[in-house]
Amino acid sequence: MSSTHRDSPASTEPNEHPASSPLSIHDMTVAYHRRPVLWDIDYDAPLGKLIAIVGPNGAGKSTLIKAALELIPKVAGEVLVFGKPYRKQRHVVGYVPQRESVDWDFPVNALDVVAMGLYRQIGWFRPVGKRHRALALESLEKVGMAAFADRQISQLSGGQQQRVFLARALAQDAELYLMDEPFSGVDAATERAIIDILRELREAGRTVMVVHHDLQTVEEYFDEVLLLNMRMVATGPTSEVFTPENLRKTYGGKLALLDRVGHQMQQGGARK
Amino acid sequence: MTVVARVARWCRGTATIWWLSPALIYLTSAASQASELEDPPTRWTEGLYRVVMLRDYNTRVVLAGATVMGVTAGVVGVFMLLRKRALLGDVVSHAAFPGVAIAYLCAELTSPGTGKTLSYLLVGATVGGVFGAMATSWIRRATRVKDDAALAIVLSVLFGVGITALSIVQRLETGNAAGLTNFIYGKTASMTWSDLKLIVIASVVVAGVVMLLFKELTLLCFDEQFGASHGWPTASIDMCLNMLVVAVCVIGMQTVGLLLVVAMLIIPAAAARFWSDRIGTMTCIAGGFGAVSSATGVVVSSIVPDLATGALIVLFAASLFVGSMLFGVRQGLVPRGYLLFRLRRKTAIHHLLRAFYEAAEVRTQLNGQLPTSLLLSHLGWKERTFAGVAKRGVRKRLVRRDGQEMSLTELGQRESARIVRNHRLWELYLIRYADIAPTHVDRDADQIEHIIEGDILHELERTLAQSADQEVPQSPHAVAVSHPSAVVSGDGQSTKSEGS
Amino acid sequence: MTGRPKSALTVVQRARRKSDRLSTWCYMFLAVSLLFSVIGIAVISEAWRPLMKWDAIDNTMVLASVLVAVACSVPGCFLVVRKQSMMGDAISHAALPGVVIAFLLAYMFAGEDHDAESFETIKRSMMFGGAVFVGVLCTLLTESVQRLGRVEGNAALGVVFTSLFAIGLLLMRAKADDVHIDPDCVLYGSVENIALEAYLTGQIPSAIWVNAIALAINVFLVVLLFKELRISAFDPTLATTVGINSRMLHYGLMTVTAITLVAAFETVGSILVVAMLIAPAATAYLLTDRLSWMIVLAMIIAAAAAVVGHASAIVVPDLVLRPLGINSVESVSSTGMTATVIGGFFLIAIFFAPRHGTVSRALNRVKLAIRIAEEDVLGELFRRVERRDTTATSAVLERLGQLHRRSWLNRFALRNLVSADAVRRDDDALHLTEEGVLWAGDVVSSHRLWESYMSKHFALDDDHLHEAAERVEHFLDDEMRSRLRDELGDVDVDPHGRDIP
Repeated sequence: MSSTHRDSPASTEPNEHPASSPLSIHDMTVAYHRRPVLWDIDYDAPLGKLIAIVGPNGAGKSTLIKAALELIPKVAGEVLVFGKPYRKQRHVVGYVPQRESVDWDFPVNALDVVAMGLYRQIGWFRPVGKRHRALALESLEKVGMAAFADRQISQLSGGQQQRVFLARALAQDAELYLMDEPFSGVDAATERAIIDILRELREAGRTVMVVHHDLQTVEEYFDEVLLLNMRMVATGPTSEVFTPENLRKTYGGKLALLDRVGHQMQQGGARK
Repeated sequence: MTVVARVARWCRGTATIWWLSPALIYLTSAASQASELEDPPTRWTEGLYRVVMLRDYNTRVVLAGATVMGVTAGVVGVFMLLRKRALLGDVVSHAAFPGVAIAYLCAELTSPGTGKTLSYLLVGATVGGVFGAMATSWIRRATRVKDDAALAIVLSVLFGVGITALSIVQRLETGNAAGLTNFIYGKTASMTWSDLKLIVIASVVVAGVVMLLFKELTLLCFDEQFGASHGWPTASIDMCLNMLVVAVCVIGMQTVGLLLVVAMLIIPAAAARFWSDRIGTMTCIAGGFGAVSSATGVVVSSIVPDLATGALIVLFAASLFVGSMLFGVRQGLVPRGYLLFRLRRKTAIHHLLRAFYEAAEVRTQLNGQLPTSLLLSHLGWKERTFAGVAKRGVRKRLVRRDGQEMSLTELGQRESARIVRNHRLWELYLIRYADIAPTHVDRDADQIEHIIEGDILHELERTLAQSADQEVPQSPHAVAVSHPSAVVSGDGQSTKSEGS
Repeated sequence: MTGRPKSALTVVQRARRKSDRLSTWCYMFLAVSLLFSVIGIAVISEAWRPLMKWDAIDNTMVLASVLVAVACSVPGCFLVVRKQSMMGDAISHAALPGVVIAFLLAYMFAGEDHDAESFETIKRSMMFGGAVFVGVLCTLLTESVQRLGRVEGNAALGVVFTSLFAIGLLLMRAKADDVHIDPDCVLYGSVENIALEAYLTGQIPSAIWVNAIALAINVFLVVLLFKELRISAFDPTLATTVGINSRMLHYGLMTVTAITLVAAFETVGSILVVAMLIAPAATAYLLTDRLSWMIVLAMIIAAAAAVVGHASAIVVPDLVLRPLGINSVESVSSTGMTATVIGGFFLIAIFFAPRHGTVSRALNRVKLAIRIAEEDVLGELFRRVERRDTTATSAVLERLGQLHRRSWLNRFALRNLVSADAVRRDDDALHLTEEGVLWAGDVVSSHRLWESYMSKHFALDDDHLHEAAERVEHFLDDEMRSRLRDELGDVDVDPHGRDIP
């Protein structure tokens, strides 16, 4: 601290993030229309764990995942996957978007959707071949949906659609999985099936981060938890962090001040 | 469905080129034979014969050009439809018009007399179309004006620019503007060999790009974000799709005219959606619809004088759409209506059998006879409805009817037991898991029980821990059938909105 | 350190404002010079000369265009806010078969006496009615295709309007020999013909009357039903719950739109009318946030576009075409020019709209960047004074350059601050003036308060706080600071142990 003239010295040295961490987010701020919705997230995911991202509606859970995947621009900060920038590590990251994000009336069947997870592997211009079809079927089998491979996707129930999405990510055989609300709108049986798959992934040494909204099951399902409400409230092993005190901090309404300052920044950026 | 699926599977591998091949055959035959002038046909059958046999050089050229254009527009249209940008084609084609007019002006200015050189005009059209597409997406991104207004503004303002330029062209000393209005209404009838060459080359390029990028385009249309997360350059693929639309509009302007090009992009694709659930099949069907409507339009307009070919092509496409909307296997109104009708009839029979079973259950025997009046009051139907349903039951050998008495056949007994069992299982399920009061459960069960089969039944048996044999569980609520008087007052059971 | 004298606040504000003023002046200057350069070019190039030939025919043409444009802009506003602009396009295309069928029917019924005076009136009203009917039918058909066929909205629209349009074209061509009906008449209209008719007969042509009536209907309905229209455009569900029939209003709007569009056909044609329908409304939408103002503005813009459009149609041949070597052209299409001019207005609004314009936003960003640079200079100076470090200009600038990599901006900011009397320069050393101290104190206290706030609420290590506070410090005002103080309790030191001023 002595070496510096400013208030805070060490902030320019990001090297404390371990290269082994499947996902390290360094001082990331994300804004929509210049209004910050995620403030200064600094997080290192531990390897080979099931991690829940928990927070109230509008807390920025999906935003966190999307910003990490560079689907929305960041105002500040950087994201490293196994110590390298995400751009170079895309093949090791599997993404399961929200089920509502696509038009389920689209003319493809379950197998086609799963094969989409392999498109990058197949490469430009080449059609989906037999080998890849077999791979896709394999991962459909993993989620117990092989019998529905030929079904048009609108003819699947909500839980089955979710499993197809999961299979699409599995087909990719990634090291790190980011899943946006895989449990939303699914029945109890599907939920069990999904969590079994997630556990299998963990046994295989993969890291899985899941946006989750059911507080009842967090302790049962997840090893680690990341409490989020526009800022990171707490993070760590579920047993330590998932406390009433922390939950109150997370769910006790938005920080009104944060909202106000965000508004101010938006106005300040756009007008004034 | 199965026939369609089989045909589809067969042609999916070769996708779009497959549809292009008949057009290419036409094309080669058109090229191989020299043009000859003949007398106009005297009878329409003769005209038809000559058209179909490709006797006229002109007809061959027009037919080939229009067909190839139809295929290309249909194929590209599928992706625009699925991308939910169906109307972009309208903007592109309108925006191509000022491009054409300005290109004409430029050509006339630099060297008078060259204005009507087709290649200049087409380059102008392409530049205009690309400009229109880019302007639309720029307005959408840079301002808070929404998509729809951006489309409408770009379309109409650029067309205004075109009209202004056209008014200059019309007042020029050197040239005349007759060639330019061809682009507005199309000039199918006067298509030349060089037009055709151009159309075919452009179509082959477009079809080739679609084939190569088939999986990328599908991904873009289905789940752009997922594609982006995998590192696909979605913006570039999107741009590529826009270019394909521009290409279709430029070649379509010459055949159906810029005002109707958008129809060839949307209508075949929208019609194809009624026939298939697979994007590959859908693309083939859309290409086929485009080809068929174009070819039919050309043939009819060459037989019947005084018909605008472009409009005719669009109308044939539109009638294909109406036909698909009515009879399409996927979501056609008639198949859907028929299924609904079948379900209604099935439901009615089920109700009759259940009424029979429940009435008979009280008497502990299924093979006895029951007075129809008892059943009638139990079901609460009109006399005529009941008679119709009973007649169908007799025909299906489920019930026997002797005058005022009815009895179940052997088959009917089994069937009624199955139906009542389904009904009661579902009732139990609702009571146990959905928290519905036993007095209300009957009405809810009514709607579901008729479609319980296979998987769901097993699941139901498993959850309720029922054995899979044919044993019928007790009704969870009082079945009031033993006394006709009780039936009339009803417990919700006799107030069904059931009918024919 | 809670109470602060009121006058001190205004001192800080005044200092801030002083540096803000510069860019405001730049902006004003830009706008005024643009205007003058346009006028200057016009005068120097003698482009106004053709305008001297302006006569009664031009008056009639402008009157007709203005009426059409203003009448169309009113329903256009509602289409734009309801996100149904393309419906306007569809209706105007789809009306074609209505016109043609009504025309043919009129001839069929009239039999021999084609030339009677009354026949003309009947024919016109039948065509009008037919067009409106088919226009509304188009919206109904679109909805049923969308619902029954489960086709996406835009695609359904495209299917329906192109099919109807094709029917119109087909009929028109098929019957072109029997009756003289010119497709160009409906598609492009002819304001020139209307003016000519007025000139020859000495009466006001019916097209002008029809548009005036359409305008009157539109204005009357909007005044009468403004709040209903607004609520059903904003939130149809809410409108239904408060007892307004949104469906009826929707069809009412569609009918009025169809009437207005069809009324405009004879003057501007069925494609360019879309420009008058949507573009003024969208331009107004960029300029204001209130629906009532939007309608008024749209009407003004539409009228201005019609006048400027016609004037430029006269001017363009001299100004643009003659230099290019085209001498034979006397004037260009007035309607085409009007559409082009509306497009130009829309572009200008995109760039220069006070709040949403791209140029204004860019200017604001520049202003913000300058202010942030200024505040960084102040903060740096404040901290140096606090640490009793050197305040030599070069040292300060060097340090800021290291931190932010924008040395020219820092220099500029420093000069600004000096001219705003926030910073005094003695030889090389910099000193904060009284105002400067207060302003800098605000910045530094914002920074340190925010750090304290974050360390309380964020799961962040202390060494991550600084950069975040660096961003936020420029956006906290007095109220926020006092709320932060309240929230944090009585803190006087930040997480790094420094005093909060």
